[in-house]
Amino acid sequence: MTSFVKPFIRRKNEPTNDLGLVRADYDGAMSTLCAGCGHDSVTATMARAFFELSIEPHMAVKVSGIGCSSKTTAYFLRESHGINTVHGRMPSVATGAIAANHQLAYIGVSGDGDSLSIGLGQFVHAMRRNVNMLYVLENNGVYGLTKGQFSAAADIGSTAKKGAVNELPPIDPVSLALSVGATFVARGFSGDRDQLLPLIKAGLKHKGFGLIDVISPCVSFNDHKGSTKSYAHAYKYYNPAIHADYVPPSQQIKAAYAAGEVMPVKLHDGGEIRLRKLENGYDPRDRAAAIGKLFESGESSEIITGLLYINEDHKDMHDMARMEDRPLNQIPYAELNPGAAKLKELQKGFR
Amino acid sequence: MSKIRVNDFTIKVGNVNGTGSASANALLMKIIFRMGVPVVGKNIFPSNIQGLPTWYEIRVTEQGYRGRSGDVDIMVAMNPDSYKRDLAELSPGGILLYDDTWPRPHFLTRSDITVIGVPLARMCNGAFKVARSRILMKNVAYVGAVAALLDLDLDILHTLLREIFAAKPKLIDLNLQAVALGYDYVKQHYPDSNKFKVKTRNLTKDKVMIDGNTAAGLGCVYGGATFGAWYPITPSTSLMDAFVTYCKQLRIHPETGKHKYCIIQAEDELAAAGMIIGAAWNGARCFTPTSGPGISLMSEFIGFAYYAEIPMVLFDIQRTGPSTGMPTRTQQCDIQLCATASHGDTAHILLFPADPGECFDMAVNALDLAERFQTPVFVLSDIDIGMNDWMTDELTWDDSYIPDRGKVLSSEDLKSVDKFHRYLDVDGDHIPYRTIPGTDPKGAYFTRGSGHNKFGGYTEDGAEYKEVVDRLKAKWKSAAEKLPTPIVRRAKQATKTAIISLGSCDGAVIEARDRLGADGVYLNYMRVRGFPFAKEVEDFIAEHDQVFVIEQNRDAQLLGLLLSETNTPRDKLIPLLHYSGEPLDYKFVRGALSEALNLRKTA
Ligand SMILES: Cc1ncc(C[n+]2csc(CCOP(=O)(O)OP(=O)(O)O)c2C)c(N)n1
Ligand code: SF4
Ligand SMILES: [Mg+2]
Repeated sequence: MTSFVKPFIRRKNEPTNDLGLVRADYDGAMSTLCAGCGHDSVTATMARAFFELSIEPHMAVKVSGIGCSSKTTAYFLRESHGINTVHGRMPSVATGAIAANHQLAYIGVSGDGDSLSIGLGQFVHAMRRNVNMLYVLENNGVYGLTKGQFSAAADIGSTAKKGAVNELPPIDPVSLALSVGATFVARGFSGDRDQLLPLIKAGLKHKGFGLIDVISPCVSFNDHKGSTKSYAHAYKYYNPAIHADYVPPSQQIKAAYAAGEVMPVKLHDGGEIRLRKLENGYDPRDRAAAIGKLFESGESSEIITGLLYINEDHKDMHDMARMEDRPLNQIPYAELNPGAAKLKELQKGFR
Repeated sequence: MSKIRVNDFTIKVGNVNGTGSASANALLMKIIFRMGVPVVGKNIFPSNIQGLPTWYEIRVTEQGYRGRSGDVDIMVAMNPDSYKRDLAELSPGGILLYDDTWPRPHFLTRSDITVIGVPLARMCNGAFKVARSRILMKNVAYVGAVAALLDLDLDILHTLLREIFAAKPKLIDLNLQAVALGYDYVKQHYPDSNKFKVKTRNLTKDKVMIDGNTAAGLGCVYGGATFGAWYPITPSTSLMDAFVTYCKQLRIHPETGKHKYCIIQAEDELAAAGMIIGAAWNGARCFTPTSGPGISLMSEFIGFAYYAEIPMVLFDIQRTGPSTGMPTRTQQCDIQLCATASHGDTAHILLFPADPGECFDMAVNALDLAERFQTPVFVLSDIDIGMNDWMTDELTWDDSYIPDRGKVLSSEDLKSVDKFHRYLDVDGDHIPYRTIPGTDPKGAYFTRGSGHNKFGGYTEDGAEYKEVVDRLKAKWKSAAEKLPTPIVRRAKQATKTAIISLGSCDGAVIEARDRLGADGVYLNYMRVRGFPFAKEVEDFIAEHDQVFVIEQNRDAQLLGLLLSETNTPRDKLIPLLHYSGEPLDYKFVRGALSEALNLRKTA
């Protein structure tokens, strides 16, 4: 079996983006995931986000770990470089890649096993460093690829397909992200593309580490009755609390919005994120409030979604490292070579 | 009265860790070096911050040998806890210098040595008020005492102190005073102790005293590395420290303060490996320094870089294992670990520097080779090379050097390519072309550690899989002739007996061989500097009837590689192994060789 090749057919009158590309130009290889897997919807939404943002595919980089979710970087943006690393270690590879060239758009795709068990350390440290990337965690509460073991995201009381009950408390990536310094923290659901699409766009445009925890059901191993990561459960307890729209700099027409209803957040690229459906004064720029809201919703089993926290003021890794704007991989050697005479001078101290 | 020994003896200082003796010993060594006499310094220190015994050996060697002598002629015993051991180690005819503030009459039980007591503590307590400076100055005072014993050049000593404390002039006087305390006391009380002398020569011109880690860090700067990631571990930490120091000095824009480099202290070695893989994949030259435990942790990623063909430069400053082992003691114990690090069929490129000069050169080589062959390259140094100051030829740089960035397609190159396939052997040299993200839409490809065919596509087809891994093996083999060549020293007379060794064994091997040569025992000697081995290595073995393989580990790891990678009968190679954790000395080598040769003769 070799990789699947998808036929690329361009239809007449297909909508194009600012680059003249159509949505299908953002596709990748054919998915090999199970039919109905939540991850496939997320893939399609990510492709659409890049299309709508008119990002040149070769200026985007996809990174992932290992798992069904991590495989999906092959299934969109075929004209982008992608790297499927090792299990749980995508954040470090992304960190190194971004250190080498911070000017590309980086999207990381991972699973709850990849990020919250084997990769918990790297996940947390990438957030601490505020690495400028969007990290999409496709959360199904199980290890899909190894056939259905509980992951660290499984809720207490959730049952496995074969009946075992999980007794360990879950690690919630969203509250974790809030506590270690991620600067864009959101939750979405693969079943609500209308909410997820603008979140991904906003996350890509945010400068710094953006996390979107996407509830993405595994139809083969965790979609049964009793699972808290099933489609049915997600639909029942789903609360799309805060909606975020990304508005690019070019489209900043004085759209009328009533104060209190929409809250704009300025981004580094000149665009802005407009937040809607704010519940009784909830302000996603307030970290403590975000943490409080999460705990509240946890008690009522409600799955609170939307952009829960954003901070545009924090320096990203590139700025903290005081690197010049030109990427490291573009500095000519002539500027890096101190020269023979300098070497002689440096060695005076060694006599 | 026996003859005075000039410029050929060893001083050993036994002290308590954390009392600031390192700088005193470095000072002592520098004086002799500046007097134009070659020196060898070995720091034998504990894995502890304060309190355990620590030793520093300074060998004075007019002949310029680079290993330890295996003898101690002057013991400066500053640590009562190790007096017994220190006394026992002293060679007959030697001098024991100790602090006789608290006299130890039992030293007199050895009639074959001279005991010199200097009341260092008493004098320093009298002269200095602050408790910490009393301890520190005691060390400087013994430098003065040794200077008197050996007739060291006081002007040089004074100049050195002025240079060292240029930024803290107040300390200059304190130090000068302490030196005088020790110096005057010895001159006054032991005017006839002139068994050992240092006489001025002109043998250290164009030489420097530098440690291998500093040299390697400097090599990374000259080689054009812009990114480094690491996790602290003795004895590799000082390599990154050096890189940081030189980057700060040389790579920060004077006006904007912006950096032309990025260094990340990772959360662990797994992350450090991932970071340099990410940066290299994205076109930055980079490296990670570590030691054995770090290589163990990085192994999964090393296999990924090997299979996905991503350049990776690793410095393994080897320390004694297994596990935490003796983390401040030296060995060459990671040779086989690095040769095939990771699961599955893997084979890596290894470089074996023998001194700081080669650490500098091989850092640059490694950066070139990793990008040329798109694979992990290991520089296998060790504690002895990495953390001791070695007298080395001044490092030199060729300004016409151009980094070999390997087969990378630019946007321009891609224009003339019909379709780019990442793992296709277009040129028949087993090395495919790669592209850097952000260059051109035509250059996009998907990097994976899972099965892939030569086009870069996912595969589970056996034939397609084999095609790629067979090329990887051929690529690795083809690197053999591109690595630093082995260094061969031929004996004065034709001989069928030879030595093969590597890295920090070199100094002791050369000296042992010289001395055996003087006794009429002739041995050819090859020092291998890279793996996979050049054809020359196999030919050299074939030329001889017996080949002693000298290395610093228990399991004859180099020998094992020689057997598996060359066509050599097993019993032709004879292991000579040193693995106590202390740097190798020539006496051990000479002894082991003589014994083995005699046994073979009589057998
Ligand atoms: C070092 C290592 N250990 C174990 C595995 C096996 N493994 C592959 S994917 C996976 C779990 C993936 O779970 P998750 O990240 O949640 O992805 P999903 O398949 O659920 O999308 C495991 C344990 C591996 N690939 N590497
Ligand atoms: S096993 Fe689960 S996670 Fe994996 S592809 Fe199938 S449905 Fe998706
Ligand atoms: Mg999962």
